[in-house]
Amino acid sequence: GNGKVHYLPYYLPCPEIFSMKLQYTEEKLIQLFPQLFYQQPRVLAPKRQDVLTVTPWLAPIIWEGTFNSEILDSAYRPLNLTIGVTAFAIGKYTRFLGRFLESAEKHFMKGYQVNYYIFTDNPETIPDVQLQPGRRFVIVPIKKYPSWQEISVRRMEAINKHIAEVSHREVDYLFCLDIDMVFCNAWGPETLGDIVAAIHPSYFNVPRSQFPYERRSSSAASIPDGEGDFYYGGAVFGGRVKKVYEFTKTCHMTILTDKANGIMAARQEESHLNRHFLSHKPSKVLSPEYLWDDSVPKPPEIRLIRFSIV
Amino acid sequence: MGITKLHGLAILVTAGITGAIWYHHPFSSASDQESTFSSEEGILLKTDLNETSPMLPRRQDVLVLTPWLAPIVWEDTFNRDILNAQYTQKNLVTGVVTFAVKKYVQFIEGFMSSANKYFLAGHQVNFYLFTDNPEQISHLQMAPENHLFVIPVRNYSQWQDISMSRMDIISRYIQSQFQYEVDYLYSIDIDVQLFEHIGVEIIDALVGTISSWQYTAHRESKSYETRTESQAAIPKGEGDFYYTASFYGGSVAEVYKLTRACFKGIVKDRENGIEARWHDESHLNKYFLYHKPTRLLSPEYCWEEELSRPRTIQVKRMCSVRKDGKK
Repeated sequence: GNGKVHYLPYYLPCPEIFSMKLQYTEEKLIQLFPQLFYQQPRVLAPKRQDVLTVTPWLAPIIWEGTFNSEILDSAYRPLNLTIGVTAFAIGKYTRFLGRFLESAEKHFMKGYQVNYYIFTDNPETIPDVQLQPGRRFVIVPIKKYPSWQEISVRRMEAINKHIAEVSHREVDYLFCLDIDMVFCNAWGPETLGDIVAAIHPSYFNVPRSQFPYERRSSSAASIPDGEGDFYYGGAVFGGRVKKVYEFTKTCHMTILTDKANGIMAARQEESHLNRHFLSHKPSKVLSPEYLWDDSVPKPPEIRLIRFSIV
Repeated sequence: MGITKLHGLAILVTAGITGAIWYHHPFSSASDQESTFSSEEGILLKTDLNETSPMLPRRQDVLVLTPWLAPIVWEDTFNRDILNAQYTQKNLVTGVVTFAVKKYVQFIEGFMSSANKYFLAGHQVNFYLFTDNPEQISHLQMAPENHLFVIPVRNYSQWQDISMSRMDIISRYIQSQFQYEVDYLYSIDIDVQLFEHIGVEIIDALVGTISSWQYTAHRESKSYETRTESQAAIPKGEGDFYYTASFYGGSVAEVYKLTRACFKGIVKDRENGIEARWHDESHLNKYFLYHKPTRLLSPEYCWEEELSRPRTIQVKRMCSVRKDGKK
């Protein structure tokens, strides 16, 4: 960011977050697959030869064709999972909520229990929404912030606090999504994992030297030249609720460090997220199908768009 | 004799074709490795994503991800340095359980010396060697971080019985001992030797190795048990891969569940007077059908020496050294 940013005293870290110990529900290992008939996977017949489908640390990269929804649903549905979604409807962004939810009801985790946590500084403007059975909508009121930079700085903290206070008891997995987006195609259990990040659509096939990482070494989010795996988008991240709690805390700390040093990272929290995911690699990576921007020309590798900027 | 229009045209066309070929096969070094120092972890890390086209897969000839999103480990799909850094951070201990009964004691020396050198080199490994001939074990040199535990067992008249009782022995020892000593446990046949590193890329909750005999076979021609009277029977039209019983493992909890389930099936079959076609391997394959592995190892990890090696098998990490006809 450019220009001066003035910080008010309330940015000092709140001790309650750091001393909280959460009781987590038993982590269920996904393995029991009921009988199902499907085409045999063939060792010599890779489904996608045009894209990388496994990272060098053996985390799957989710592209259309790499997974069988039926097989995954057959294993995940019986587990009675609840998937949480956080989205921030701040100021004028409340106008995106309707389309976001409508499209999520059509495409997001169909057949699973879903809790939408809508963080807003404008609870009165949130319309009453009708959802399908097994799906809930919760308004999380947050205080009004003076600027969008301030909002961005506070997002990680707000998510972290909310997990500690509420959602860790209610959901197994949590996705943190931008609200000015719509779901266009199925988003299912192929996205579930311990720590899940999505590849930014503008940077998915460029060398790392071109990633818009924060480069100034004075920032806690800085990534030196020659390092970096992918450029992950800040609009989509998630994972097991316990893991999301941990990494939102870490990101919030690095964001606060920068704030104390009077610096704001090039892409705000996205820079901090990228820094974090470099040292703590995601266990699952979503292809840009899961985080698309229509203003980017669609290459042949993108066969399907599931979630896109409005 | 000057350059005519035809010559000029020929040059242009050739240049055009060359340009087109060049454009579609951009030169990039095969092992584009960079050493980078990550201050966060204080360890030298190499990331070797293809610099010019980071999204291009290194292996286009083989399946590297199952339909249930378990990675299949092949040469060039992983960076062991990154995996080592992750493994070391968690302070894990891995165990290997192997059986050398009767004539199989002849394989101990070869297995242990090669495993000592190539199996999870640099990390602590506990080798649990079950044998009916504990006195016969010559002094084996172990790497400083490894431990060898020699455990006496009774021998059986039939090798199939030894093979099947392995499941029982492993589950009982996990319960009484191994669960307190290791986080991950792998069962490996003794009549093999390692020729290349087998590292932490094998570490995951439930791991099966694709059999080198069967990896191209169609479902119907795989060696699954098909007689419905057997507990190991896999119904027609089902089956993902054919896994070898020579190398499998995972977390102690998962291996415990696997060995218990397989042994239950073995006992039930025995009561019903039937023996599965490939013994414990049939039961293993049944288990892996409905409890799908979270990671698969390619046939590189257990290659049958008699087989001629196709180009897809770039590395033979572990090979059988059978002298007598076991299978």
